[in-house]
Amino acid sequence: MSEEGSKSIFGFWIYLMTDCVLFASLFATFAVLHSNTFGGPGGQELFSLSFVLAETLILLTSSFSCGLAILAAHRGDKKLVLRLLGLTFLLGIAFLGLELSEFHKLYVEGNSWRRSGFLSAFFTLVGTHGLHITTGLLWMGTMMLRISKAGLTPLSLRRLTMLSLFWHFLDIVWIFIFTVVYLMGAF
Amino acid sequence: MSEPKTNPEGAARGSFASYAAGFGLSVILTLTAFYLVYQHKHSTNPIFSHKYLMGALVLLAITQLFVQLLFFLHLDRESKPFWNLQVAILAAGVVLILVIGSIWIMNNLNYHMNSPQQIQKYIHDQENSGL
Repeated sequence: MSEEGSKSIFGFWIYLMTDCVLFASLFATFAVLHSNTFGGPGGQELFSLSFVLAETLILLTSSFSCGLAILAAHRGDKKLVLRLLGLTFLLGIAFLGLELSEFHKLYVEGNSWRRSGFLSAFFTLVGTHGLHITTGLLWMGTMMLRISKAGLTPLSLRRLTMLSLFWHFLDIVWIFIFTVVYLMGAF
Repeated sequence: MSEPKTNPEGAARGSFASYAAGFGLSVILTLTAFYLVYQHKHSTNPIFSHKYLMGALVLLAITQLFVQLLFFLHLDRESKPFWNLQVAILAAGVVLILVIGSIWIMNNLNYHMNSPQQIQKYIHDQENSGL
């Protein structure tokens, strides 16, 4: 690949690392505020661990299938790329749906972000991750359209590489949300 | 499937085996963390005490971070632009300072700043001691 290609991947990598800093500040906020429930419910009462485990495994599987899509793309197998990306997309939608249903449940039970410092921090952290997932899904959708029309050009290959970096990155962020927010918050 | 090759665009591309290994290890680590918490909550005889459980969870998460960095993002020494690793190390430094620093400072402030009730009690005690 041209030098331009490797430069743009590196540039995207730098963006991901600055995104790390964004998430780190939200994690720090959550860590500081997690016990400030203002008399309201804490993580122990609010979260269902098996529900979150299902979310985690879905996102993990989508990260795996995204990796396989990249492998297929480098072999030039357009059909397989589209299938694997489609699978990744559906798993991403499933994850987002579960997350939104959790948010909705919290909201209608009166435990929205306005309830306490803990819930504000929770919604900001998990919501920012969900927003990233939404962006990733939009990107994935346009990539699938592009590949199905224009085929696997060097440009779309490069963009696909960036998309996969983004998707793996979001999975890594989720591991820490799963551990810090849900598993450690279960007590 | 294909052999691990270096992506002409820079980052090593990986192989089916590396993705499968990364996926398998990640699932095992996730389930282990989940089981430890589940067992701690539902058993009268937990494997770890609360303190050690927290440590174990952090350790499992960090292990999974490295598993995914190696097997999914292929951030090892073989990745061509060594700069990727450099930037990642820099970001890790910033992240650690940000998170550990925030927790440290805020806990310290909590420790030094008493609640109004505590201040009332303090004044009350001072008055009663005849000062």
